[in-house]
Amino acid sequence: MAVNPFQHADSASRVSGPPSGGDYLADSIFRIIALSCAALIVVLILYILWEIGGLALPAMAQHGLSFVSGTTWNVGTQEFGVLPEIWGTLYSSFLALILGGTFGVGIAIFLTQDFIHARLAAVFRTIVELLAAIPSVVYGLWGIYVVIPMLRPVADWLHSELGFIPIFGTELSGPGMAPAALVLAIMILPTVAAITVDAFRRIPYKVKEAAYGMGTTRWEAILKVMLPTASSGILAALVLGFGRALGETMALAMLIGNSNQINLSLFAPANTLASLLASSFPEAGQIEVQALMYAAVVLLLITLIVNIVGLGIQQYTVRKFEGKA
Amino acid sequence: MSLSSLLKTAIAAGCLSAVAFSPAAFADVKLMGSGASFPAPIYAKWFKDFSAANKGVRVDYQSKGSGAGIQDFVNQVVDFAGSDAAMSDEEIAQVKSGVVLLPVTAGEIVLTYNLKGVDELKLPRDVYPAIFSGEITKWNDPKIAAANPGVELPDQDITVVVRSDSSGTTYVFTGHLAEISESFKTSIGQEKSPQWPKSAKFVKAPKNDGVTATVKQTPGSIGYIEYGFAKLTKAPSAVLENQAGTFVAAGAETGAAALATAEFPAGNLPGSNVPDLRAWIMDPAGAEAYPIVSYTWLLFPETQDAEKAKVARDLVEYVLTEGQKSADSMGYIPLPANVVETVREVSQLIK
Repeated sequence: MAVNPFQHADSASRVSGPPSGGDYLADSIFRIIALSCAALIVVLILYILWEIGGLALPAMAQHGLSFVSGTTWNVGTQEFGVLPEIWGTLYSSFLALILGGTFGVGIAIFLTQDFIHARLAAVFRTIVELLAAIPSVVYGLWGIYVVIPMLRPVADWLHSELGFIPIFGTELSGPGMAPAALVLAIMILPTVAAITVDAFRRIPYKVKEAAYGMGTTRWEAILKVMLPTASSGILAALVLGFGRALGETMALAMLIGNSNQINLSLFAPANTLASLLASSFPEAGQIEVQALMYAAVVLLLITLIVNIVGLGIQQYTVRKFEGKA
Repeated sequence: MSLSSLLKTAIAAGCLSAVAFSPAAFADVKLMGSGASFPAPIYAKWFKDFSAANKGVRVDYQSKGSGAGIQDFVNQVVDFAGSDAAMSDEEIAQVKSGVVLLPVTAGEIVLTYNLKGVDELKLPRDVYPAIFSGEITKWNDPKIAAANPGVELPDQDITVVVRSDSSGTTYVFTGHLAEISESFKTSIGQEKSPQWPKSAKFVKAPKNDGVTATVKQTPGSIGYIEYGFAKLTKAPSAVLENQAGTFVAAGAETGAAALATAEFPAGNLPGSNVPDLRAWIMDPAGAEAYPIVSYTWLLFPETQDAEKAKVARDLVEYVLTEGQKSADSMGYIPLPANVVETVREVSQLIK
């Protein structure tokens, strides 16, 4: 009888053995758990949509599209329109994205492109990420007590010297678009910075070596090679940051001035959808609640559109710069 | 009432009377209330103290707004409700069990401002409604200057800070402004969340604390907050001209003087024999009366199960005696003695 030379090894170690019944069981249990978790998220989102949509339905039927184009929110006469809030939401988030995005990407370049020692970079990174742990209310209070007083002399000067430009068209009266956008920019900074740092880290080292090998300077390498290569990750960071800005509530409710007007001026008070929801909900009657639910649906739609557009742009850049399908 | 809870009541009553003769011997009577947020701090204290003093009794109050409280009350999901706007005749008609409306405390609304170097600011009757309707826009407006001789008023725009959330405080405040100013009445009117002028100089902040913080941080601003809140945060408040033409500051005495001028409407609530205690003090007449005051009401059903009715009556009695003592320190106005008597009488109709 031929002795199987591997039998001993085979029986001693299970490394190369065929999966046992237990393995199959564990495998399928894990599969079920993972699948049901994934399904649960989808169900949860559908349920939220169903619930909000159901509550909003009477208001949708009554106001239709005039809800989106109307500019007054008057509970007394039951006129509901959210155009100023839509404008405020997009304008504040856009400003925050420009500021927070620029700084976030800048920080990521600084932390990953050998400007400082890796250990120091880790410290900085932790500090930036700590910003994400600060509660929204604290940002709001900080905005009221620190940002607005700091901004006031700058805003007064800009208004008096450059008041003819629409974005400096009004005097800063305290809460307004500029302080709200500034605080919002700081709030989205950690999201943008953290994901961008990861995007840069994912670039294989040989890409950078190749760039230097071609004789580029450091900045040529960063701007012409590293940035395009990381672009899809950076875009994902920006989309996430924008989404965060769209939905931010408490800090904005405290800083934006909650005034239903459409004004290009950075120093004028404005309003956002999330802030409207936060400030009107507690005392809202039945009809106003329906209108508020409609506003929530509008906010959800805006977020959805932003995400889809972001995803589209991201896929386009992946094809263009990373040569993947 | 089930047999077991009857038994429990009997046992508890037996045990308690065995230890001491306690008149308030209930078991597990729970009163749930909801409504106005303006009196919520003092209600919280009252109900906590009352529950602690009476074994087996629990009174809970959820501060969610006058409108929501009335809605809950009409739908009978709560045992009582709180409202800054009492109840309208239509709302009363919707309550199947009848309603007893009791004013239990009152509050003042003050105008807090931020003007460097101005310790006392006097605002005449024709000025402060005009500030909130956007007609007076400068601090050195001749009308303000005339009322404040010797005070250096800056050539600065007035930033008006109002509430961003719908609120009973706003309702009372705009009610007063509409009462004393015809142009405010036509341009803005009495609302819980009015349409303030669309100007870059009108900013909204959430709740009393939001308005207070914004005013504190904005030079040249003015806003309205509850007196209790101003007292707590030591926010400066303007001295207002009342109907009699005197300038009065907010406080317990001036508030009580305003309440003393209020008269309850003669007659009963529509469709019942409960006296109508819905007195609005839109513009108090007394010489020392602070102009912006308002009662706030507790609403009880006229008929309910006997045990709850007994607790409700005891609760009102507690509020009228012990409760009034804590009103002043918490920034509310204690009820005048004659009002206490009236409320006590009417509360006996809770059955």
